[in-house]
Amino acid sequence: MFRHYLKLGVLSIRANPALSALMVAAIAVGIGACMSIVTVRHVMSDNPVAHKNDVLYHVQLDNWNPDDPYGEPNEPPEQVTYLDATALHQAGRAFRQTISFKSDRVVQPDGDDARPFQELVRATTADFFAMFDVPFEFGGGWDAAADQTEERVVVLSSEMNQRLFGGEDSVGRMLTMNNESYRVLGVLQEWMPMPKFYDLNNNPYEGAEEIYVPFSLAVTGKWGSSGNNSCWKSPDGGDFAAYLASECIWIQMWVELRSASENDTYMQFLDDYVEEQKSLGRFPRELNNRLNTPAEWMVDREVVDDSVSVLLSLAVLFLVVCLLNTIGLLLAKVMRRTNDISLRRALGASKSALFSQYIIEAGMIGVAGGLAGIGMTWLGLRGIESVFSDYDFIAYLVSMDWTMIMGAVALAIVSALGAALYPTWRACSVSPATTLRIQ
Amino acid sequence: MLKMSKVSKTYRTDTVETHALREFSLTVDEGEFVSVTGPSGSGKTTFLNIAGMLEELTSGSYELDSRDISKLNDKERSKVRNEKIGFIFQSFNLIPELDIFDNVDVPLRYRGFDASERSRRIEESLEMVGLASRMKHFPAQLSGGQQQRVAIARALAGEPRFLLADEPTGNLDTHMADSVLDLLTEINESGTTIIMVTHELSLADRAKRNIFVRDGQVSDGPPELHFATAANG
Repeated sequence: MFRHYLKLGVLSIRANPALSALMVAAIAVGIGACMSIVTVRHVMSDNPVAHKNDVLYHVQLDNWNPDDPYGEPNEPPEQVTYLDATALHQAGRAFRQTISFKSDRVVQPDGDDARPFQELVRATTADFFAMFDVPFEFGGGWDAAADQTEERVVVLSSEMNQRLFGGEDSVGRMLTMNNESYRVLGVLQEWMPMPKFYDLNNNPYEGAEEIYVPFSLAVTGKWGSSGNNSCWKSPDGGDFAAYLASECIWIQMWVELRSASENDTYMQFLDDYVEEQKSLGRFPRELNNRLNTPAEWMVDREVVDDSVSVLLSLAVLFLVVCLLNTIGLLLAKVMRRTNDISLRRALGASKSALFSQYIIEAGMIGVAGGLAGIGMTWLGLRGIESVFSDYDFIAYLVSMDWTMIMGAVALAIVSALGAALYPTWRACSVSPATTLRIQ
Repeated sequence: MLKMSKVSKTYRTDTVETHALREFSLTVDEGEFVSVTGPSGSGKTTFLNIAGMLEELTSGSYELDSRDISKLNDKERSKVRNEKIGFIFQSFNLIPELDIFDNVDVPLRYRGFDASERSRRIEESLEMVGLASRMKHFPAQLSGGQQQRVAIARALAGEPRFLLADEPTGNLDTHMADSVLDLLTEINESGTTIIMVTHELSLADRAKRNIFVRDGQVSDGPPELHFATAANG
């Protein structure tokens, strides 16, 4: 019967093209408005390491001012000091651990005509690539030994490799930054975690850095941080060594813990570490260590702006208005067909058979509305892109993936079916005797 | 066998109560051809609606083939209607978007026959009404008489025990009306019970038995007398 109902649906749609087109348009506009915002929110709230969400943890320690918490009511800083980062990293108590910060260098490409350019660089440790499943096109990352020996090596993004070496296998080639030479150790495949979960400071949507260097090398070279840098008291001196020894926070730390017991053990280790530091005169506040998964960390850092949630609510309301219109149109269509309904009842159709027929027809309208809605969503996203064209990251926020495309169609079908429930119930409740002319 | 005992049907609004049938009793045996006549508002329509299970009765009992219809749920009623009753309407009531084949197919689909069985029945019933060559035509492409023949074919395709005809010739000219009546007579002679509501006494005379309805009840006496009485006020 399903195929038969599909055929009846097509006949019905063809018999009422204007009404059907209006319903499809109402659903498409509602879906377009809703899915445009849902898409932006989906990208903004995406978890690029969802597959490792239960093993990756962002580390927070509370070294802050005893009289004034870092964040209300009692939030610890989102980054750690150099002292703590290096101490915890060197302790190596997690399965994997990485510390990193964002800096910038002037890249000097080979060739007489090539102009130098400033580029963001991530100074990090060896485990960064394995922890975050960073994919390599050529070569690989450096090993733990390079973290100690300050080896002058770099890993390039795919885009940077294209820009500097035309996309060739550049492993072993040399790169000059700030008049110092570095050997290319590896080239990444396309990797653009969005949001940039491992460093949510400044702008979570600016994309991953194009160049990666060993953390120790950057520190020895006295590279400054290009990210957030907060201090609750001034360093004891004006030089870089005083800065490293200060209570200023500027380094992001992540650990990989494979089980609940590893998690418990590591948390105890953090507590013991802080207690030890307290005995040395640091950490004046109460114990307030935190381990957050990437998903928890993104919620904590409010990666999705409140305004997006408000917009989403408005878009859903708009969809509801469109669906109310669709209900009205479906009702008008059904009421025009009471004779057909009554005739079918007289010929033996049960209420459930008629319900199936009309629900399938509504589902067809929903599919058409969903497909048209994808087009409307695309238009909506292009509109958002043009309004915010000054932001480099906007292209990523307005990109539709298959999840969103299938979601648009599914939402349209569910919406159409929901909208069809009342009119269909009315259709099935029609008394055949009142509309068939039996004299 | 169709048996109604003291069937009453009352329509109620906030202010008005209308008694369409009052203790209406009638038995129609297997193979009968019964005509039902009566003035407008007498209750003919309501009787036919209840007989066809398109409406529920207010009180009384209705048995179809010894089965108490009032106790059936919607699905069971639909099944009985589909299998045992065929309808023929004054205004044909064909579905304009469907061709003749598909129009006759409608009740067979609800019956759950497979495609080959449906096809056989459709061809046979259209053959019977002389329209086998018009299967792919649409209702609008046929004359009124042909459309009514398609409606008869649709009613017959499921091989029902009862045929309920509502003014089957009301929209036809005399020649076509005679033709349709001939067909109904032929169908009745093959064993199908027919109950036909009509205004025309000449058509009612073609039935084996005439029932006259007045004020929601079966009335005694010949129809002519009652029409005359009604006409004289």
